[in-house]
Amino acid sequence: MFDLDKWQEILTTISQNKLRTFLTGFSVAWGIFMLVVLLGSGTGLANGIEYQFRDDAMNSLWVRSGQTSVPYKGLQPGRNVRFTDLDHEEVKRTIEGVEHITSRFFPRGELRVSYGKESSSYDIRSVHPDHKYLENTLVKDGRFLDDFDISEYRKVAAIGVRVEEALFGRRSAIGEYIKINNIPFLVVGTFRDIGGPGEEEKIYLPITTAQRIFNGGNRVNMFMLTTGTASLAESQKMADDVRNLLAQRHSFDPEDRRAVFIYNANERFQTVMQLIRGIRAFVWVIGIGTILAGVVGVSNIMMIVVKERTREIGLRKAIGATPGSIVSLILQESVLITAVAGYIGLVLGVALLEVASSSMPEWEIFRDPHVDLRVALLATAILILAGTLAGLVPAYRAARVQPVVALKDE
Amino acid sequence: MLQLEGIEKTYRMGKSSLRVLKGIDLTIEKGEMVSIMGPSGSGKSTLLNVLGILDAYDGGEYRLDGTLMKGLSERRAAHYRNQFLGFVFQSFHLVPFKNAMENVALPLYYQKVGRRQRNRTAMEHLERVGLADWANHRPSEMSGGQQQRVAIARSLITQPKVILADEPTGALDTQTSREVMDILKGVHEGGTTVVIVTHEHDISEMTQRVIHLRDGLIESSERTTHGHGPASPPTGGYEGPVSAESVAAGD
Repeated sequence: MFDLDKWQEILTTISQNKLRTFLTGFSVAWGIFMLVVLLGSGTGLANGIEYQFRDDAMNSLWVRSGQTSVPYKGLQPGRNVRFTDLDHEEVKRTIEGVEHITSRFFPRGELRVSYGKESSSYDIRSVHPDHKYLENTLVKDGRFLDDFDISEYRKVAAIGVRVEEALFGRRSAIGEYIKINNIPFLVVGTFRDIGGPGEEEKIYLPITTAQRIFNGGNRVNMFMLTTGTASLAESQKMADDVRNLLAQRHSFDPEDRRAVFIYNANERFQTVMQLIRGIRAFVWVIGIGTILAGVVGVSNIMMIVVKERTREIGLRKAIGATPGSIVSLILQESVLITAVAGYIGLVLGVALLEVASSSMPEWEIFRDPHVDLRVALLATAILILAGTLAGLVPAYRAARVQPVVALKDE
Repeated sequence: MLQLEGIEKTYRMGKSSLRVLKGIDLTIEKGEMVSIMGPSGSGKSTLLNVLGILDAYDGGEYRLDGTLMKGLSERRAAHYRNQFLGFVFQSFHLVPFKNAMENVALPLYYQKVGRRQRNRTAMEHLERVGLADWANHRPSEMSGGQQQRVAIARSLITQPKVILADEPTGALDTQTSREVMDILKGVHEGGTTVVIVTHEHDISEMTQRVIHLRDGLIESSERTTHGHGPASPPTGGYEGPVSAESVAAGD
């Protein structure tokens, strides 16, 4: 119920002490301002961390071969584990939940890449078409490698935009032939990579073609797969399954952690998510702490107000004010001060974040700080709660004032 | 109108306790104008607090207009104070940031009377005490006498059955005391019961009955020659024969 008279009462008393009201309000405004800025910064930091992981699929398993370190079934330790196409096929066939899978074969030795007079050396990866899902590769022109390239042993290449720029300048590379160790490859596509400039200096070849041309046989250096929507536990089970399968195929102890290295991005992702959650929680704790300090400030001031107005409150009670009306008088004043001041803090905080996110250079670690609407609404709720909280003790103290005090002379 | 039977009141301060009222039997009729006198510490202020439902009592019974006032919730007490009683204080107790009219109107606010109606009624009462021209002045801009007249207007605005005045002239000079008493007499003549606590003899002489308190008991209750007007000179009669007997170390 809106009681105009009561609000007029409150506004009058507030305007009696402008400086004090301002200082009180300031502490609350500051608290909310800090909360908003901290939350925005927390989001910025979280965004930045997520950005760090933009290169690779977050749900991937990376399997690299190593060297056995324990004897197994009469076999000596120290054997090199060598993956082949068959491992890839078996993993793809038997492991459940594999979404995308690709092998990688790295041609040995120094490889010169040239076009016309331009020549340089680049990192060359020979892969399956699914590779683009694992590295978050974005096709710019043309296409990425496809299944026919694999099955037909086509001599084609997908090159990063920086390779295209270096070899072709401003011209398009699509349909042109580049030479890798003097063997011509048709450029079928160019790509960008969310992972940044380094990832755009790569050249991708069909794995079958590369194995044949660079004397790889059926050799595979490593393979990666994505686990789809598998949970962390499920992805860990898949990793174990892969290890067991490989242990069986290559005769090594499944407990031998050095024979095969499996990196589960899910785990890393989980850690990062925990970190981000940690940052968020931390920010809330600090923010709420700051607001609490403001609340204590308001409460303190209201306490002084009640003390100063003891005689007036006593008089009001003598002429018929109920305890409830006194409580609501003090409480509403407190809520009003907190709400108005807090709203100012909220607006200033959001404004600062807006300015910051639009004018800040693109950092890797701190990106796009903002607070969403839900947080703003939550902050508003906190404000009202804070105002009530701040007014509660002084209000009850005021309600307990005996009307007798009005009769007593000072 | 006011009936007290064996009213007792004891203040406890830690381990020691102080019996302030030791069994007061008193009846004040409707429309009476009574003054309560007594040395400080005699319990006259406490008695007024009990009459005003501002303070609880420990023993006995107090009936206001036939209704027993005992063990009231704060809400009920507030209601009775607002409906039946009007208070006039020694130090006026006007709200400093409100003007005269708003101060007078305040009790009606607690009766949930609308602002416009409230202010109109307040103006009428200000006129009654001759301060209509001062409606928009704040208490700090007024003399003591004027402030007390505003306070009386405030006490009258709810048309209470009883006016309780605690040393209403205690902070005023003789001339303004006279003015204030004239107003209170006017109120009394309008049919309202008036109870005045005072230690000034010439004030009590203007009432119909003087009740003397001593050590928490009623010492005497005597009719005055009310109606002839005070004959005492402006300066005299400050310490009359009754109050001169002893000065207790009070407060």
